[in-house]
This record gives sequence, C-alpha cells and structure tokens, in this order.
Amino acid sequence: MTTETLRWGETLTLDADVLIIGGGSAGSVAAIKAKEATPGATVLVLEKANVRRSGAISMGMDGLNNAIIPGHATPEQYVKEITTANDGIVYQPGVMAYAERSFAMIQELDSWGVKFQKTETGDFDVKKVHHQGTYVLPMPEGYDLKKILTRVMRRVGVKVTNRVMATRLLTRDGRVIGAMGLHTRNGAFVIIRAKAVILCCGAAGRLGLPASGYLYGTYENPTNAGDGYSMAYHAGAELSGIECFQINPLIKDYNGPACAYVTGPFGGHTVNAKGHRFIASDYWSGQMMMEFYNELQTENGPVYLKLNHLAEEQILEIERVLHGTERPSRGRFHEGRGLDYRNGMVEMHISEIGLCSGHSASGVWINERGETTVPGLYAAGDMASVPHNYLLGAMTYGKICAENATVYINTVSDSALDAAQIDAERERVYRPTKQPGGLPHHQVEYKIRRFVNDYLQPPKTTTRLKLALRQFERAHDDLNAIGADNPHDLMRAMEAHFIRDCAEMAARASLTRTESRWGLYHYRVDYPEMDNENWFVHLQLKKDARGAMTFSKRPVAPYSVPLDKDEMLADHRRRLPVAAEAR
Amino acid sequence: MAQVSMKFDVPVIVDESKCIKGCHLCIDVCPLDALAINPETGKAFMARDECWYCTPCEVDCPADAVIVRIPYLLR
Repeated sequence: MTTETLRWGETLTLDADVLIIGGGSAGSVAAIKAKEATPGATVLVLEKANVRRSGAISMGMDGLNNAIIPGHATPEQYVKEITTANDGIVYQPGVMAYAERSFAMIQELDSWGVKFQKTETGDFDVKKVHHQGTYVLPMPEGYDLKKILTRVMRRVGVKVTNRVMATRLLTRDGRVIGAMGLHTRNGAFVIIRAKAVILCCGAAGRLGLPASGYLYGTYENPTNAGDGYSMAYHAGAELSGIECFQINPLIKDYNGPACAYVTGPFGGHTVNAKGHRFIASDYWSGQMMMEFYNELQTENGPVYLKLNHLAEEQILEIERVLHGTERPSRGRFHEGRGLDYRNGMVEMHISEIGLCSGHSASGVWINERGETTVPGLYAAGDMASVPHNYLLGAMTYGKICAENATVYINTVSDSALDAAQIDAERERVYRPTKQPGGLPHHQVEYKIRRFVNDYLQPPKTTTRLKLALRQFERAHDDLNAIGADNPHDLMRAMEAHFIRDCAEMAARASLTRTESRWGLYHYRVDYPEMDNENWFVHLQLKKDARGAMTFSKRPVAPYSVPLDKDEMLADHRRRLPVAAEAR
Repeated sequence: MAQVSMKFDVPVIVDESKCIKGCHLCIDVCPLDALAINPETGKAFMARDECWYCTPCEVDCPADAVIVRIPYLLR
C-alpha cells in the first residue's frame, strides 16, 4: 500500500529506521548519508511538497556564502567571524564542527555533479564579501542543485514520500519514536514509527506579513511555516535564541535578496538615496540591519543596490546569474517596473520578521553532533540553532545528523506507539473538517501575521510584546474555528497552528531577554543597551511538564577560538565614517 | 457562518493549446501545490492564489506552456 492511493481520513502506518522530515537541502543530504552509512536500514524522507523542487531553494542557489576552503580561509578565522557577528552568543563547538567539515561537503557535492565556479587552474574561485575573511563560492549554474540531490537519493535507495506534511512528533518515555502527518492531497492520516527522527523543516518563514500584504510573498519559501520549530517544541525539545529574529535587506515588494553577495565581487554595493555607501560590508548581520534600518528612517533613505556604474559585460553576467537561479523571476519584476540595472538602482527595504538560523541564530538547540535535547531527535538546516549556517551549513549538518542518528538506532529497540497521542492528534488535525463552514484558513493566518507585524517587528517594546501575547492567546479560538472541506485547506489550517506557535515563542523570548543585542534583530527600546553582566547567555525555551512555555539561561560554552575585546566589537563598526559618506 | 467568494488575479498562466493532456509535471513540482488539472479540459491551471513566483512550473514544463507572472500585489 502506498500513501498515494489512500482516501480521506484513512490511516497508514509506516516504519523507518531513520525518518527525515523535510526533503530540502539539509534533509536530502541527511537521507543520502544515512542510507550510505546503513545500506540495510530503511531511510524515509517525508516531504510536504516534492523533493525535486522543495525547501528554501526550489530553484537552486547562486553560491555558497560560507565556504571555508583551505588556502582561502581557516576554520578558526570563520568561527571568530561568526562569533563577532553574533555579539559573542555562540556555541563555538557547533560552529567549529561545521567549519572543519564544510570543505569535505563541497568536495562531495562537486563529485555529485554540482558545479562551482573555478579558476583557470581548477581551484575553487572564492570571493570576499564578509567583514574579514573570504568565503563566498559562486555557483553560476546552481539551478540544478535540487535535481542533483534528488538523483543521488534515488541512486542510493532512499525512500521518499511526497505530499505528506508532518504535524506532530510521537514520543515515549522522553524519546522521539516517530511522527504523524497528513497527506495533503488525499487527506489520509499517516503514522511513521521510527528509531530516530531528523527534523529538516526549514525556517519559520511565514511569520511576519510582507509589506505587500501577499501571504505567500515571503522572503523564505512559504512552505516553510515553522513546522519544525513547533513540532520540536511540542516534543519537549529546547529552542534557543528565538528572540534573535531574521530580518533581511531585500528588493522592495519583490521581497527576494538584492544579492550583494553575488554582485559585490563585480563591484555592486549598497548605497543610500544620495548615492553614498554607508556600510563597510554587505554581509548580513543584526548590526548591518540596524544601520540599514537607521538609513531608511532618515532623509538619506531609501536604500538601493547600485550596479549602474558597472561595465556591460559585468551586468550581463550578473543578469545571467540572478535571473537564472535562486529567485529567477526577479528579472521580470524589474522589467515590469521599468528598471534596467544599467540606468537605474534597485530599491531595497527590510523584510518581514522570521525565525531562521541560516541567516541569524534562532533555532531548535543542537550540539556539534546534531542532537537536540530530546533523545532520538536531531535537527539540521535553517531550523537548527547553528548560527549563520546558510545552505552549506544545512547540508553539512544534514551529514552530521545522519552519522550520529545511524549510530543511535543501534542502541534502541522498537517502541510501542502511544494510542492516546495518536487519537489526540487525529482529533486535532481533522477538527476543521467537522465544521466546513468555519473560518477560512487564510483569514486566520492573515490576522495572526498582521499582529506579528504590529507588535513584534523591531524596535520592540514591552507594551507591544505584551499586546502581541494577548492576540496570540486569542488566536487559539480562531484556529479552533477554522473550517476545511479538502485536504489542501486542511494543510494550510495546520500550518496556521505552526505559525501561531512560532509567534508566541517569538513574543515570549523577546520579552524575557531584557537587553538589546544583535543590532535590529533584538532591539528593545526600553532596554537599549547590551547587558553582558546578565545576558551573556543563550536564552532557551521549552514546553514544561504542565504544558507551559518556560525559559532558562544556558551559559556560553568556553571558546576554543578566543577573541579579544576589539575583535568582539568588530561588527559594531559597520557604519562608514561621515567623511567617507561625503566623498 | 456567512461566507462569500471573491475573484483573484492569479500569477500562473497555462496556455491550454500547448499544455499536454495527461502530463502533470508542473503540478508535481509546485512547492505550494497551487496548480491542478481542470477536469473538463484535462489541462493544468492555477487553482489557488498561493504562489512564491519561484518558476519550477515554468522551467520544468516540457511544452513551454506555463508562464509565471509576478503576483499582482507585488507587480
């Protein structure tokens, strides 16, 4: 029996040794490496879309932003850079595990057929965009990345189940033993019994509402609704740094990256409305976003990506890359607005908020082995807590999770499923079908996300954060009143639950950290200073035994790569001096 | 509950004269699952205004039948 032939409300139980939830970049690599490590085991990928074009990068990626390639950068230098960009709140062993292993991941991708830009001598052609080091490796033909990963999954014998969205994890005696989900086309209920689960569900990208008002016009792929954050939370795992929001500098309205990382090596850069550069480096960080935000608030705003000073052949190459990979429809957006890079500049703004460790630092807490705080549960990619991890970090941690999960499965035997958990979840998931005339999912989602914008978008204040919480509590009633008469709408209804959970976590975590840190990401107007005496810690949240959201401080682990005071504050010198602006 | 229907301008256009009957590649690759087959014509169409304008439906179409426009609100 396969999932495709099921009918509305039917139940199918599947078994797997390793279950990977989410077949994006992290999940695909996790699956490949798990299957290679244990060829006799069942490795199953559960994907709410289709692995060929799913995850954050359905149309591929134009480059790796954090490649640590011998001869160009060292792991120590990279760890230092990431520590600086995160105002010191970093679990260095986790960043180091990535840094030491990222080159092997690049070589493996190279062997699978992923094309990287190379020099005439065959060396990887790395570019400098960051504050200090050289880490950006262009992939001008990166549009095939997901297709290549899908091909390798098939070759090694990974099982893939598309169009099933996991909704909750199954637990027993404090361990994760599987998951439950919904077939998004036929409405069947799917139960997966597994020895280990690797969550690779991506960012909470449908949290803030884009300024356009279009629900799906988000920076992140809108399929990434915070599923993994919510599921890990309800399974009792710790989440970390949720108050460190993702906010990115984007093309206004189009809401995709302007791509200073791609254009920078050609001479493109960010300027204010007077045509002056105002930041020393276009690498994204909270401090960079603060400078960007400040510029928007003054007569110097808005901010633009400037390319019109470049030579024709450089612009042609930029167009070839940016209009072919990652967010290729930007070309037709510019065309519709009458913009040509040759004679105009790209207007930019700041994105809606989201949760995404890939660019900032909020995620399900994992250590250097990819383990969450719940046995049997691993996490990788945009939803796991390794900061600024980007695409290569997602894939490298997919590999790290797979290595450790495939060892873990030999230490556990099959667990009996808990019928009460299954019944409760079935009741929760199908509730909208019993009231088909109930509230439409898109209206409920819109309202939650509009309150996210009203009350959570920095600058944050205590009063607004408390008002947010009141609305997110009220939203429980609205979620319970949603109606759905088809599987697709039921999927969207359950995503609205994920979104509400993430909104509440974002509000409570922001209230708890009574200081400002990470530039705009956590700028508290009523606590404007950084307070290292009380807050040089990770802020962890979890669901306690009574079902309440509780917080704890986790000390920052001793640094293996020490930084002096000057290095620690390097990111706070992003703004160029006035003399440079006036030039 | 009282409800009404509203019309939306949707971003993805399928040229029915080019679309191949029985093919559902664009439907398979859409991350949002926003496309469907029209049972009357057997051809694909955008069934829901849920689009990330990401373009796999257009790029992967073997018949060049699909065009992704920027959603109206962003255009």
